[in-house]
Amino acid sequence: MMMTWLDTRRQILIAATTLLLLGAAILVPLPIAAAAPQTHTIAINARTFAFEPATVSVQRGDTVKIHFESLDAEHGLYIDGYAVNIQAEPGRSADAAFIADQEGKFKFRCSVSCGALHPFMIGELSVEPDLPLARASAVTLIAAIGAVMFFWKD
Amino acid sequence: MTTSRIELTGIPIVKQLLVSRWLQWSLVAATLPFFVLAILTGLAGTPAGSRNFGIVFVWIVWWALLILVLVPLAGRFWCAVCPIPAPGEWLQRRALVQPREGGRLFTLGWKFPRRLSNLWLQNAAFIAVALFAKVILTTPFVSALALLLFVTIALVTSLLYERRIFCRYICPVGGFIGLYSQLAPAQVRVKDHALCATHHDKTCYTGNERGYGCPWLVFPAALDKNTYCGMCAECLKTCSLDNVALYARPFGADLLTNNGRRFDEAYRGLMMLAGAPLYTVVFMGPWAEIKQAAYAVGSPNWWGYALGLLALMLVIVPGIFFACAALARVIARVQTPARNFFIDYGYAALPLGLGAWAAFSLSFVLTNISYAWAVLSDPFGWGWNLFGTADWKWTPYLAGGHPILQIPILLVGLVASIAVALRTAREQHVSQRAALPIVAFAVTFTLGLVWLYV
Repeated sequence: MMMTWLDTRRQILIAATTLLLLGAAILVPLPIAAAAPQTHTIAINARTFAFEPATVSVQRGDTVKIHFESLDAEHGLYIDGYAVNIQAEPGRSADAAFIADQEGKFKFRCSVSCGALHPFMIGELSVEPDLPLARASAVTLIAAIGAVMFFWKD
Repeated sequence: MTTSRIELTGIPIVKQLLVSRWLQWSLVAATLPFFVLAILTGLAGTPAGSRNFGIVFVWIVWWALLILVLVPLAGRFWCAVCPIPAPGEWLQRRALVQPREGGRLFTLGWKFPRRLSNLWLQNAAFIAVALFAKVILTTPFVSALALLLFVTIALVTSLLYERRIFCRYICPVGGFIGLYSQLAPAQVRVKDHALCATHHDKTCYTGNERGYGCPWLVFPAALDKNTYCGMCAECLKTCSLDNVALYARPFGADLLTNNGRRFDEAYRGLMMLAGAPLYTVVFMGPWAEIKQAAYAVGSPNWWGYALGLLALMLVIVPGIFFACAALARVIARVQTPARNFFIDYGYAALPLGLGAWAAFSLSFVLTNISYAWAVLSDPFGWGWNLFGTADWKWTPYLAGGHPILQIPILLVGLVASIAVALRTAREQHVSQRAALPIVAFAVTFTLGLVWLYV
């Protein structure tokens, strides 16, 4: 089946529109009012090979104070995307504080080799509103609709 | 279906390299010492996986190389240089480089049972590895035993059966490398099928003084997909008509042909698809209970985990996809069995699957690959410092920024899957609307991964 000039023009139009919408989904500021910043003091306990709590949720702009304790051996707490890397062992806790100024989900990991499952000792910090998730979901849907239209042959 | 292709063996140096018997041997000889070291460090080194060469270099460095580079760009090239079948193959040939007279093999030459000459054994082997993956990937001793088991099976099958039976029908990794190699922009194919028809000796399959008959039990003239081509280039050496070549081609070219589509391959594609989010949850998620259940082999929690894994990989994901394929059949208003729709559309899941595995591997690898610097200097974890890097600290690369790479990779897979699904409907001469349930499946699956990664 030969592609006509009209088909080509249609596909260029669809690709350009899709790219434009993708750009908008990534870049357009979303009018979400931020709640007044709060201070959270969160106690995180580490034991082989788990954090308790394993998930922590705060609002963007909040100040997060972490009190980190280890219940069995030396463990670390490294938070992706934030300059936090502290270590604790039984009887020696550690503290850190930071402002949650980036939205989204960030893994926190043990940074001290503590055994077989050490590389997978992972928790999750969620900084709400999770705009990266909303944007990534929108990008996925736009790309899918664009792809269906682009590859659909009359 | 023919696609545009460029003959890379038209470049003299490429041709010379590929017909040289030394190339493959040299590459295997280069990978073999790393493999032996991985086994030795697993058996005798530190039990801390992140400090052991066997764990770090096999399951992080090699895995990254395989899933992020070799499979997407070079298909089954790894299979050509894999050290696992090498001892068996060398024994079978009683030669390292130059072939014995006529490419003769020293084996009992048994035929592999016809009933097992498909992907099901590899599917079962992959599931077996997946069930114990948490232990194999983190415990050096167990990892070394698994590698030794693979070598032993490859060796025994080489002595009993003809050619590379282990690679073709048993290797748990080979099954998915083969499936995803259909997406790679490289292929070994005959130049002119008519010329093959006039060639009575079929030296590409039987072997001759220049090389062996296809170790993968493939007749090159019948080759129209990468799935079972090990890219060892034996056929380039043995074709007396110079009628086999290495080509560059568009990505995913094999998905443009509906020849030779099979249930075992489609099912494996869906199994693999299920594996990507499962591994993400088990290895990279914050759910410690699941991780510990996966590690505590034999405990009641592990049995629960094992049942969940089996249900997800064997029933739930393939089952949902089958329901989508059945819906596609209803929309298409044809009498073709739903099973055929499952098979045809199953290949649309391959780009999505490779994208999902690449996205998972990216976060796994970027987080952990810095362990490689330390174990290079201290492979056994015995306190050595061979290259002065033993004290290099663990540093997760691009921490917090993995989705910037993962989402585009997932989207490329999704868009390619949608393209293949729509094309499949057109191949079936039914309305393209029939592909929409498959598209919906792919979009929902991708959104699930986006939720896991972002």
